[in-house]
Amino acid sequence: MTDSKYFTTTKKGEIFELKAELNSDKKEKKKEAVKKVIASMTVGKDVSALFPDVVNCMQTDNLELKKLVYLYLMNYAKSQPDMAIMAVNTFVKDCEDPNPLIRALAVRTMGCIRVDKITEYLCEPLRKCLKDEDPYVRKTAAVCVAKLHDINAQLVEDQGFLDTLKDLISDSNPMVVANAVAALSEIAESHPNSNLLDLNPQTINKLLTALNECTEWGQIFILDCLANYTPRDDRESQSICERVTPRLSHANSAVVLSAVKVLMKFMEMLPKDLDYYGTLLKKLAPPLVTLLSAEPELQYVALRNINLIVQKRPEILKHEMKVFFVKYNDPIYVKLEKLDIMIRLASQANIAQVLAELKEYATEVDVDFVRKAVRAIGRCAIKVEQSAERCVSTLLDLIQTKVNYVVQEAIVVIKDIFRKYPNKYESVIATLCENLDSLDEPEARAAMIWIVGEYAERIDNADELLESFLEGFHDESTQVQLQLLTAIVKLFLKKPTETQELVQQVLSLATQDSDNPDLRDRGYIYWRLLSTDPVAAKEVVLAEKPLISEETDLIEPTLLEELICHIGTLASVYHKPPSAFVEGSRGVQHKRLPARAGSGESAESPDVGQSGPTEAPPAVIPSQGDLLGDLLNLDLAPPTATVPSVQPSMQMGAMDLLGGGLDSLLGGDIGGSPSMGAGLGAAPAAMPAALGSAPAVGGGLGDLFDLGGGVGMPTGAYVAPKTVWIPAMKAKGLEISGTFARRGGIIQMDLSLTNKAMSVMTDFAIQFNRNSFGLSPAGPLQVLTPLSPNQTIDVSLPLSTSGPVMKMEPLNNLQVAVKNNIDVFYFSCQYPLSLLFVEDGKMERQVFLATWKDIPNDNEAQFQIKDIHLNSDAASNKLQGSNIFTIAKRTVEGQDMLYQSVKLTNGIWVLAEMRIQTGNPNYTLSIKCRAPEVSQFVFQCYELVLKN
Amino acid sequence: MIHSLFLINNAGDLFLEKHWKSVISRSVCDYFFEAREKAVEPDNVPPVIRTPHHYLINIYREKIFFVSVIQTEVPPLFVIEFLHRVAETFQDYFGECSETTIKDNMVIVYELLEEMLDNGFPLATESNILKELIRPPTILRTMVNTITGSSNVGETLPTGQLSTIPWRRAGVKYTNNEAYFDVVEEIDAILDKSGTTVFAEIQGVIDACVKLSGMPDLTLSFMNPRLLDDVSFHPCVRYKRWESERVISFIPPDGNFQLMSYHISAQNLVAIPVYVKQNINFFETGSSGRLDITVGPKQTMGKTVECLVVTVHMPKVVLSANLNATQGTYNYDPVTKILVWDIGKLNPQKLPNLKGSLSLQSGAPKPEENPSLNIDLKIQQLAISGLKVNRLDMYGEKYKPFKGVKYVTKAGKFQVRT
Repeated sequence: MTDSKYFTTTKKGEIFELKAELNSDKKEKKKEAVKKVIASMTVGKDVSALFPDVVNCMQTDNLELKKLVYLYLMNYAKSQPDMAIMAVNTFVKDCEDPNPLIRALAVRTMGCIRVDKITEYLCEPLRKCLKDEDPYVRKTAAVCVAKLHDINAQLVEDQGFLDTLKDLISDSNPMVVANAVAALSEIAESHPNSNLLDLNPQTINKLLTALNECTEWGQIFILDCLANYTPRDDRESQSICERVTPRLSHANSAVVLSAVKVLMKFMEMLPKDLDYYGTLLKKLAPPLVTLLSAEPELQYVALRNINLIVQKRPEILKHEMKVFFVKYNDPIYVKLEKLDIMIRLASQANIAQVLAELKEYATEVDVDFVRKAVRAIGRCAIKVEQSAERCVSTLLDLIQTKVNYVVQEAIVVIKDIFRKYPNKYESVIATLCENLDSLDEPEARAAMIWIVGEYAERIDNADELLESFLEGFHDESTQVQLQLLTAIVKLFLKKPTETQELVQQVLSLATQDSDNPDLRDRGYIYWRLLSTDPVAAKEVVLAEKPLISEETDLIEPTLLEELICHIGTLASVYHKPPSAFVEGSRGVQHKRLPARAGSGESAESPDVGQSGPTEAPPAVIPSQGDLLGDLLNLDLAPPTATVPSVQPSMQMGAMDLLGGGLDSLLGGDIGGSPSMGAGLGAAPAAMPAALGSAPAVGGGLGDLFDLGGGVGMPTGAYVAPKTVWIPAMKAKGLEISGTFARRGGIIQMDLSLTNKAMSVMTDFAIQFNRNSFGLSPAGPLQVLTPLSPNQTIDVSLPLSTSGPVMKMEPLNNLQVAVKNNIDVFYFSCQYPLSLLFVEDGKMERQVFLATWKDIPNDNEAQFQIKDIHLNSDAASNKLQGSNIFTIAKRTVEGQDMLYQSVKLTNGIWVLAEMRIQTGNPNYTLSIKCRAPEVSQFVFQCYELVLKN
Repeated sequence: MIHSLFLINNAGDLFLEKHWKSVISRSVCDYFFEAREKAVEPDNVPPVIRTPHHYLINIYREKIFFVSVIQTEVPPLFVIEFLHRVAETFQDYFGECSETTIKDNMVIVYELLEEMLDNGFPLATESNILKELIRPPTILRTMVNTITGSSNVGETLPTGQLSTIPWRRAGVKYTNNEAYFDVVEEIDAILDKSGTTVFAEIQGVIDACVKLSGMPDLTLSFMNPRLLDDVSFHPCVRYKRWESERVISFIPPDGNFQLMSYHISAQNLVAIPVYVKQNINFFETGSSGRLDITVGPKQTMGKTVECLVVTVHMPKVVLSANLNATQGTYNYDPVTKILVWDIGKLNPQKLPNLKGSLSLQSGAPKPEENPSLNIDLKIQQLAISGLKVNRLDMYGEKYKPFKGVKYVTKAGKFQVRT
């Protein structure tokens, strides 16, 4: 009754029989024979010996027979390449068949035959099919290009198929567009740097049109492709979002998630106060919830992605907590993910519900899940302060169950709660101590020991408890040993009289009887501390501990941004950047979210390929106007050769805008006096803002910085445009304008020397007066050729900070002397303090906390930064470009607080706290520094960087 | 894109492999077997498995693992959706998707897989098109085939693939033109010990069986479309008209298909049809416990609750149950530890009760976890959300079709905590 009838002939002469049947004159018999051959093939029997006979059947009008032979060919052509050539003619003929379906079938099959010799013959028919009048054939041919590329990439490029494929994106038929996009995406994966999917507004429009009409699978390809596009402005972004939103109601979950990806990315560009932004946020929640009612495998992938979305935009799902409640028959992988998201969504509003659920889970069967649930209760306590009390009592209830692993987990998390809220819940210690004996896991034991040591003064029998642990010291894991050592030392410092013996014992155990270097070292340190200066020991060991952060497992913001661009992919399932996956030579494009409209573009420009340091410079050089300047720059800064090659053109741009007009604007008022900067009322760098030309300059700079970004400066530091430092009339025809920059750790003074006199100038030299930070030229001023009349030369002078120091007023004032063959000229200028921010200015969290406390409050200065329209991440990215490092971020009631550190070249640390209120363009900046006089200038840098 | 597919049964036998690109050795499945072993239960195998050179994305359906191999970055949902589509196609073709039916229809399976995917790209996944390409086996056809020697591969190529409405084939003809719609709602709910609703939502679908000649253009409207704010449609539905007029306008595929699914989560709209009073406890000593469960009607909108089944997952230490049911029959399986109480129709006058003792493994400690109850039920002629179809209009064809709408409410994942 079934296909098994094809398998019945198992006699010895089977192949022989089949051969005879295949060569039969009767069509029906032939067909049956081919079927038998195929049936044998599918179960793995070797019927390759029949190759010539089967191929002979290929020339037939019978469609079914043709298909069967094709199936056979795909399977065996590889093992019989020479014979496969015999089939080529038929293929070529079929590609010209009047029936489009036959043409398509032929080209489709041909692509599946992975034999080099055949692929050569494939080219011509394929070319024709790509331009076929029938969309069905074109669509099949598009996929065939991808197949061919897989077999022989070079051939595809040489034959120009890639261009034809690109043309197909503009095809009139949506299915063809979808397949072309799919094929190009696949090919693009092996060509990371090619602009295969170069999207412009026209192609985007085509794609969006095709999106409505193609199959569900095609929609996925198109949406994924759209996600790579960066809209020009918020309006374009909005219109794309509007056209993508209907996809959220698709029955296919992959379509939905791809649409979510596009929306999440493009939303980034929409101004937050826009009505549409709110509408979009609301529209995103229902489809995400719906994904959770699908099959468990789909739920899993959806949950992993929702985890990212919740971190990026918690507001989308904040009211949907309940859908993440765990059902007992969910597979374990779904349960664990749901739990994770529940904690992320936990807030004061829903904490009661969450806790009730978590408590319920803690009585489930699955041990892993129970453990995670208990841990989750602890995380809730730390996250939502108001709930801490309830969490602690829930944990105590759980400890009462006496279920071993529950108790142990509970103790581990209670330790964290103690650290977060010191001196609040210590009353529960007694209950904890009752369970001492049941603890057998190192982490729980270590936690318990920590608690005993930390609160030794409140536990009457702390010494006994610790002593009991000490008995089996050598059998404990390192974690427990270290903790025990510290706890006993703490105990000793608190109750020195009773515990002298105990501390002796543990120190000797740690130092003499242990092979573990960590343990031994810690033991010796304590020993010496205790023996030399017990007071110091107390200060060290019993020092106030830094608070623990609320969310320990948040994904780092830059990675999160990248992952948001990869929603729905494997990367999003593993929460790792795609570069961690892709094998071998295939490069990966780092994706970033686009910048929100209204924010400066310079440092934020997305989608700069970072795949190799080699690509950027050649593209830049032709755009430079001043070859001479270029050469000089290269000479001056050999170690960072790629960077200077970008900068001359940048300066030129700035010059065009500012150079001419400035003289007339400011006239002689500036004066050549040292007080010039003061006369302007601001540092020179603030000039563009004052001139109102900021957007144009910013834009130009931004573009260039993109390229710079590709060569190792992920977010370039802001460089102010040049300003005139000394006008020609004050310096006998020599006009000097300039600015300062820090590039790759090197401070540079970028000068433009213009000869406005009638005679040639030569013999340039430069010198600085002593200044606050010891700035001095690191080399001579390299003006190699004489400066003829009306000529301008751009010079970059590297500076060092090892010169003589003298405090200046203002602090960042620099007095400069320039000499040429005519005379010596003096002028003064002010440099932005960011020049002195070093690259390794990122402080450890703990150190930061300690330092912050350590600096007296009198040193704290508060500033307002007005009119900034960046979100906190963008702001911190920008600041990072200027070596202002964000160490931690906290969000409290819609207010983001960024903690930042800066280190100056002379080793001074500056700590800052920046408060950003959502929707409020004014930031509050508090700066703390041991040298409070720098605060004002640091603030100026902040303002400068953020506003440009 | 999707490279290869392996089908593996519950015992770990690999019984089918299909490659769409170059051949990948089946040894890659060893990584899957490893994960399978670790997961203990087949349901718990993680859907995405990483191997040094490939990714294995798998689904578990009808006791078969569909394991696909991918090599490049591919959206996992895309693969999972496709695998489910494969399973559905098998079901559609062979009546059920099981190892036996797949093995019996090996050649058709191969032909299907070949048509569904080309070089890893989905090609024809619509049942209508596939059925034109490869006819499903029927008893009659198999008999005819064995006698005449003809086959089940379509002689023509599918026309639907060329049109802009790929889901419908041209030239459909019926003597009786009919269109039936089933509104099926499932209640997913979690009730806590005291009977309070912790979480409840409705998953609804509208299944259609449309057998209409020619190219009918249908419009389905609801009395209360406002209920639906979270919907997913079959590709045939014109989304624009739904957005603007809240009607479902579409040219239907031929035969059975799911027109739409929806999701109602607003708590006040989700009625809970039954309540459960339960008391399961285990004694500290004596290795025994008691069980007492009563089920009664809550919000049934005046309809009868049928096919009522209560399932209890007992802790491992429960050896047997000695119970007494006032209605229906109960059965305790000591291997899977599942107690099933099949009640049948719920009589509001005389509430069904199940009561008795449980015996535990002697010497074992009192179980820590609480068993959960799962409820299964069915209410005919009622969509619990209150959704009602207003009318169905047909344009584009002249004949008058038979029309019908049926409502049914079922319990989905409906569980009661103890």
